[in-house]
Amino acid sequence: MDNSINIERHEYDVVVIGAGGAGLRAAIEARQQGKRTAIVCKSLFGKAHTVMAEGGAAAAMGNVNPDDNWMVHFRDTMRGGKFLNNWRMAELHAKEAPDRVWELEAWGALFDRTEDGKISQRNFGGHEYPRLAHVGDRTGLEMIRTLQQRVVALQQEDYEQHGDYEAYIKVFQECTVTRLLKDGDRISGAFGYWRETGSFILFDAPAVVLATGGIGKSYVVTSNSWEYTGDGHALALLAGANLINMEFIQFHPTGMVWPPSVRGILVTESVRGDGGVLRNSEGERFMFNYIPEVFKDQYATSEEEADRWYTDQANNRRPPELLPRDEVARAINAEVKAGRGSPQGGVYLDVSTRLPAEEIKRRLPSMYHQFKELADVDITAEPMQVGPTCHYIMGGIEVEADTAAASVPGLFAAGEVAGGMHGSNRLGGNSLSDLLVFGRRAGAGAAAYVDGLAARPKLSAQQIDAAREEALAPLERSGENPYEVHHELQRTMNELVGIIRKAEEISEALQVVEKLKERVQLVGAGGSRIYNPGWHLALDLRNMILVSECVAKAALLREESRGGHTRDDHPGMRPEWRRKLLVCSTEDGTSITVEEQEQPAMRGDLISLFDRDELSKYLTDEEMAEFDRIAK
Amino acid sequence: MSYKAKFRVWRGEGGEGKLEDFTVEVNEGEVVLDIIHRLQATQAPDLAVRWNCKAGKCGSCSMEINGKPRLGCMTRMSTFAEDETITVTPMRTFPVIKDLVCDVSFNYEKAREVPSFTPPEGVRPGEYRMKQVDVERSQEFRKCIECFMCNNVCHVIRDHEENKPAFSGPRYLMRIAELDMHPYDVAERKESAQEDHGLGYCNITKCCTEVCPEHIKITDNALIPMKERVVDRKYDPLVWLGNKIFKRAK
Repeated sequence: MDNSINIERHEYDVVVIGAGGAGLRAAIEARQQGKRTAIVCKSLFGKAHTVMAEGGAAAAMGNVNPDDNWMVHFRDTMRGGKFLNNWRMAELHAKEAPDRVWELEAWGALFDRTEDGKISQRNFGGHEYPRLAHVGDRTGLEMIRTLQQRVVALQQEDYEQHGDYEAYIKVFQECTVTRLLKDGDRISGAFGYWRETGSFILFDAPAVVLATGGIGKSYVVTSNSWEYTGDGHALALLAGANLINMEFIQFHPTGMVWPPSVRGILVTESVRGDGGVLRNSEGERFMFNYIPEVFKDQYATSEEEADRWYTDQANNRRPPELLPRDEVARAINAEVKAGRGSPQGGVYLDVSTRLPAEEIKRRLPSMYHQFKELADVDITAEPMQVGPTCHYIMGGIEVEADTAAASVPGLFAAGEVAGGMHGSNRLGGNSLSDLLVFGRRAGAGAAAYVDGLAARPKLSAQQIDAAREEALAPLERSGENPYEVHHELQRTMNELVGIIRKAEEISEALQVVEKLKERVQLVGAGGSRIYNPGWHLALDLRNMILVSECVAKAALLREESRGGHTRDDHPGMRPEWRRKLLVCSTEDGTSITVEEQEQPAMRGDLISLFDRDELSKYLTDEEMAEFDRIAK
Repeated sequence: MSYKAKFRVWRGEGGEGKLEDFTVEVNEGEVVLDIIHRLQATQAPDLAVRWNCKAGKCGSCSMEINGKPRLGCMTRMSTFAEDETITVTPMRTFPVIKDLVCDVSFNYEKAREVPSFTPPEGVRPGEYRMKQVDVERSQEFRKCIECFMCNNVCHVIRDHEENKPAFSGPRYLMRIAELDMHPYDVAERKESAQEDHGLGYCNITKCCTEVCPEHIKITDNALIPMKERVVDRKYDPLVWLGNKIFKRAK
């Protein structure tokens, strides 16, 4: 039996956990800065959830509309997030996204092109101009493959120079980290297990970058894969870092609703960006009835104007199908509740009457394929049925914008697992660009941190033994079935802390979560340590429950509706809540404390990018007085 | 709408195993992977299977269903008769780790042997200009989700372990074609396709194209054009002459 002495041990400068867009970009950066870098991922290399991203990466390159620039992108991002975003992150993101996309091209990515041979850009919800660099509707695959191939290119360089592909960057695939290790208040490494063999592995490393994605597997209806169990969120909490904005969860408006086995699988927003419209059972294009006050100047009020916009954006306003995702998801939810839904409980998304069949197949090949093969629906001939699906968490680890550093020295986070960038709601297309911009910054931040260390932190045998015991525990029990505990958590979160929330339901969810905590202590996994999914799930449950408690507790406290947090009992945004962040942490590793924290005021030059009228819809009177003082 | 289906699933680890029989519920619209998941949740919690996206986009759940390489997530139960016994086994070309999970490291090793994208010197990021028609050829190959079923089905290695060192399989020969057809790639790819990656082993039986879940025309659009390019190069009189002179000079 392995103990802290004979566990397989590896020494690195930077350990990146997660091999999606953010993790790979972070690892590439750390390695390019000369750091010995490990990439640790739960799945095979190249299978991370980023492959599922369809629409594109938002970057104000101005290839299609030359009026686009970082300031317009910044404004759109802040609006989309209902002004709760970490504005410094939104600024860095808007400024750096074009360079990050161009860099991919130099690493071999092949984006769709404009007539003059540049990277083509498509329309998307909440973006004022066509802005998403894309490859049909499989942009995420292109991105993950390009980054994967960049890692291989670096390994080939190292092979040339050192005779070893893995001299400076190595992928530990199908390997799950269950604990971060610390020396005093600093990160000293990570503990995990190989899925294939069940044997344990230790990373001795002063810097860890978390890039583990989201938490969707706490919900029944989700577009997320099994990997999305909130691992990074939980590892950070357990290591003493804070999470912010956990109440904000994006329910993507268009998930498949039928057949039941594919419920929740994503239908890309590109369908709407390229002309698709939403209709209810009465054939009405209902989104015109759901344009909120804050957006009413920017969206078309008639079908004629909306349709003209596709060819003439200078003189027409955007179709309301392209409102930010939170608005569209709530509208669909309301139509279904009002009895105007489709037979299988969604609404209709139709592109068949809007574009020629060949054009649909060219622009939306995966959607055509997905509906044809999974639902027997030909989207070139008939409408799709769609409904909201748990897609993305805006909340995550509280980080410093420029370096992606968490409050724990040596800990960094990028991508979905980091919080702040998207505020209360993320715009479509801003995720892929976020991964690249902050992945790179996290890699650079970690490298700089390692350079500044006087001595390497040390691993603690006591922590290793504790991690080992924790990981082995489910194998030594024969109690509760982990799959059943998981299903109950998913049902609870879906029904009680879903798209529309109210205090009593959230409190009920918290009671269930308390009971589930006890049941998790009893969960048992039969079978051996070799590739044992029941055991793996039993270990993931700890993380899912911790993040679910964060979501529910923060959702209960925030008594307003904003972005990805809608309270039936507190409708409407309240300006006094805009500056308040809810910060989750844990002292004992099992219960979550939530505290309010004030977000710093936006820098003068950034807030001056907005009109007074628009700001007055979001800011308090005192904040407006401050704005008037700056604007003078 | 639901019924009980008969499943035979390969179970085993460490080089040993056998087909195990299960009777399991099937509901409308389900795919084979749903049934495997139901087996995990109700009868065999430690049944090993790889999967991620469940939408045919990540290429993780490759398996052999009634002997045919398929993605579990894209194989609908409605394509089988209700009384049919469905046999699910791991991919045959790669060593089995446990149950339906194989050691696919062969593919990652071969990937690493293909020299990476090599742009000409001096082109800076942001300066790339390419026509849509010129990128479409390589874009077709970049649709590949790396399910490895083309390599699994390819008879050059399926029953011939001894060919593995010399042959990269359709996946990576297609990768070479993709780079060769990239408007900005300047590396020499033709000779190495033949010499280092075993393009000559391919005798265009199109098995790879048939199993590709992305419907990439691997043989017609990647492998055959690549073979033609190799031949052009080999039998080009100027190249031949150049080689002669070059060799003599050495």
